[in-house]
Amino acid sequence: MKLTALQQQSRRSNSFRGSSPLDSSMDGAIKSPSTLGAVTSTSTSLPAMNLTTAAASGTSSSRVVVGRHGILIRPWPHPNPAEVMMAHRLIERVQREQRMQYGVKNPRAVIAITPTYVRTFQTLHLTGVMHSLMNVPYDLVWIVVEAGAVTNETASLLAKSGLTTIHVEYGKKMPILWEDRHKLEAKMRLHALRLVREKKLDGIVIFADDSNMLSMELFDEIQNVNQFGAVSVGILAHSGGDGEDETAVVQKEEEKNSGLPVQGPACNSSNHLVGWQTFNSATFMERSARYVGDRAIVLPRKMEWAGFVLNSRLVWRDAEDKPDWVRDLDEVAADEEDVESPLSFVKDASVVEPLGSCGRKVMIWWLRVEARADSKFPAGWVINPPLDVTVPAKRTPWPDAPPELPLPAGEMAVVLQENAEKHATKTRSTRKRRSKRKHATRTIDERVSTRHAGEN
Amino acid sequence: MFAAEIYMHRFLLSSPVRTLNPEEADWFYTPVYTTCDLTPNGLPLPFKSPRMMRSAIQLISSNWPYWNRTEGADHFFIVPHDFGACFHYQEEKAIERGILPLLQRATLVQTFGQRNHVCLKDGSITIPPYAPPQKMQAHLIPPNTPRSIFVYFRGLFYDVGNDPEGGYYARGARASVWENFKDNPLFDISTEHPTTYYEDMQRAIFCLCPLGWAPWSPRLVEAVIFGCIPVIIADDIVLPFADAIPWEEIGVFVAEKDVPKLDTILTSIPTEVILRKQRLLANPSMKQAMLFPQPPQSRDAFHQILNGLARKLPHDRSTFLKPGEKILNWTAGPVGDLKPW
Repeated sequence: MKLTALQQQSRRSNSFRGSSPLDSSMDGAIKSPSTLGAVTSTSTSLPAMNLTTAAASGTSSSRVVVGRHGILIRPWPHPNPAEVMMAHRLIERVQREQRMQYGVKNPRAVIAITPTYVRTFQTLHLTGVMHSLMNVPYDLVWIVVEAGAVTNETASLLAKSGLTTIHVEYGKKMPILWEDRHKLEAKMRLHALRLVREKKLDGIVIFADDSNMLSMELFDEIQNVNQFGAVSVGILAHSGGDGEDETAVVQKEEEKNSGLPVQGPACNSSNHLVGWQTFNSATFMERSARYVGDRAIVLPRKMEWAGFVLNSRLVWRDAEDKPDWVRDLDEVAADEEDVESPLSFVKDASVVEPLGSCGRKVMIWWLRVEARADSKFPAGWVINPPLDVTVPAKRTPWPDAPPELPLPAGEMAVVLQENAEKHATKTRSTRKRRSKRKHATRTIDERVSTRHAGEN
Repeated sequence: MFAAEIYMHRFLLSSPVRTLNPEEADWFYTPVYTTCDLTPNGLPLPFKSPRMMRSAIQLISSNWPYWNRTEGADHFFIVPHDFGACFHYQEEKAIERGILPLLQRATLVQTFGQRNHVCLKDGSITIPPYAPPQKMQAHLIPPNTPRSIFVYFRGLFYDVGNDPEGGYYARGARASVWENFKDNPLFDISTEHPTTYYEDMQRAIFCLCPLGWAPWSPRLVEAVIFGCIPVIIADDIVLPFADAIPWEEIGVFVAEKDVPKLDTILTSIPTEVILRKQRLLANPSMKQAMLFPQPPQSRDAFHQILNGLARKLPHDRSTFLKPGEKILNWTAGPVGDLKPW
C-alpha cells in the first residue's frame, strides 16, 4: 500500500481534520468505547456507538451506526479462477458491443494472401503473421501458397491457428537469388488471386507476406476501402548486416538521402492522390543482398505488393459493378512476365484510394530476413530423437542415482576441475566441441562409476 | 466539489427564473458561502460556518420582512459541505450538533444524503458534488477504445492522518476493499494520483464509489460522465436527483457488509444487465443532469435543482405564519454559534 505524505492534503478527502487549535471541542475527548478492532476476519461488525440525538429535526436514529467498525476480510482473499474467467468473458462481450456501436459498421471479411516455403525462419515469420491474423476481429480467410509442395511442416503450423485457411501449393521451388524470389512470390500471389476468383470469395484482399509485420489498426483501416486502396509500408531494409563499417556507411547514406524508408501513396494538401513515395534503393545497390542468406541488406522492389488492398470482386470473372479501369487477372498474368505490383491491374493509377490518413500513417512494415538457404533445423522444431548426450543437472539429483554422499575434499577438486574443463570447451571452436563433449561425458561417467564403487 | 454554492449563485443571477419583485417570488435564495473559509491548504473549515449562516439570517431577517413572514419556510440555502447543514466534517460531532436550528424550516440543497440521518432533513434536495465540466471534456477519449479494466478505483483506503488504526474511515469499507482485493488482477485499485485518471475511468467497466468520511463523492459524477458503471458502497445513501435519474438501473449497489464478496457479486451480474446499464449511461441527458456547466445548458444540474424546488410548490398553508407566531428558537445551539460573524 503506497501511503504518501500527499494523502493528508489529498483533494479527494472530503474533510479536513488537522491540528487546528481553533475549535476547542475537537475530538480528542471522544473515544469509542469499543475495542481497537483493527483487522478481524469474522463477519460481524462491532457497532461502537449508537447515537440517538435530541436534534431539532427529531428523525429516528440512523440504522447505520457511527463509530469504529471492523474491517471485514474474508478468509481466502484471493481471486476465484471461475470468477476471473467470467470477468474476462464479460470484458470481451463489452468490447464486442463497443465495436458494434462505435467501430466499423458492416465489417467485411478479410482475405489474407501469404506466399511461403519451408525454411529455417519460416516458423518465426509465419507465427508472427498467424498471431496477428488471429487477433483480427473480423471474418478472415487465410490463403497460404507454398512453393514446392504442400508440406506437413506448414500444415501443422497453420492448424494451430484455428483460422479458416486455404493451403495450396505452387509447383516450383523457391529460388536462391532474391531477384528470382521476388518474381516467384508475385506469381504465387497471382495464383492465390485465381483461387479467389474460382471460389468467388468476397471481402478485402490484403497481401500479408510472411516476414512482414501488420498492426491491428491496419485491419480497421482497410475496411474503408472501396475498390482499390494503398497504404504506406515502412521498409526495414537495414537488417542482417552487423559490421561496424556497414552501419557507418548506412548512416552516411541516410544523411545523403534524407529519404524516409516508406513506400506508399503521396497526397497533396487537399488529400488527393498525386503520386507515390518509394524507397530510394539506388545507393544501397552495390551492397545489397543477392541471394537468400547472405548477410547484406535485402532491398524491396519499387512498390511492394504488401502496400495494396483490393476488393475481391475486382478479380471475379463477372461481377456486375466491376469498374472499367480494372484489367482482367489472366490478361495481366499473360501480359507481363513479372507482375511487380498490383498497380498493373489498374489502367489508371489515379483511381487508387489512399488509406491511413492519406498515407501518413504507417501500419505495416516490410522486412526480409532469412538464414542461409542450406541451414538445417529440426523438422517441426521438435527434437526427436532426443540428443544423445544427457548430463545430470548439478543440483537436481538424477532420478535413479542413489543419494549423493558428501564428497571428501579430493573429489571436490575433481568436480571443480570438471566444471572448468566444461567451461573451457565451450569457448573452443564448433568443430572441436563435439569431440571435447564426448571426452567430458566419458570422464563424468567414470566419476560416477568410481563413486558407485566407493559407496559399495 | 463544494463549488456548487458559488455556481448556483452565478446561475441565479442571470437566470430567467429570477425576479426582482419579492411579492411575486415563490422562493427566496440567500447566497452564503459557508465552505469558503479555507485552511492554508485550501480545504474548507466548517467550524465557523454556523456563525456565518446565523449572521446572514440575522441580516436578512432584520432588513426585510420576508424571513419573519415564514421563518424561512420559503427560503432555500445551498449547503454542500460534508454533512450538509450540520456543519462539521466528523460524523459524530455533526450528529451531535444536528442541523442548525435556524434552518429548521428552510429547504436545504445539499450533497449529503443518507436515510434516517439527522443531517438529512425531510424535503431536502440532494445534488451531485461539483465536478469541473471543461476539465472532464478535455480528457475524453474515443468511445471505441475498448474497456479493458474490470474494476477501477483511485483514492485512500486508510486515512492515516485522521484514523490511524483504521475502522473509522469509511466505516472500514474502503480498508476492506483494499485488504480483500489488492492481489486480485481484476481490480485496478491504488492510492496513486495518476494524470490519466479520467482516461482510465473511460477504459473501465466498473468504478467503485465507496463512502469516505461522508457517503457522497465526486466519483459518482465522474463515473456517470465517463460511462463507467458506478458501484455504490454506502449503506442507506440518498443519491442526487433520485426522482430524475434511475440510479437502480444505472448503478450497482453493494452493502458494506458484502464488500468481501464484491468480486463474486460483480462477476455474477448477467451480461445483458451490464450492457443495458452501459447503454443507459451513454445517454447524454443523464450526463447533463450531473454537471454544472458554464454557461448553463438545458437539463443540467441547475435545471434539476429548479425542478426540485418547483415540485415543492405551491407552498402549503403552514409556510406562512400567523402574525406574532414564532417557531424558531434563536438561542438554540452551542454557545459558540451565537457569536456574530
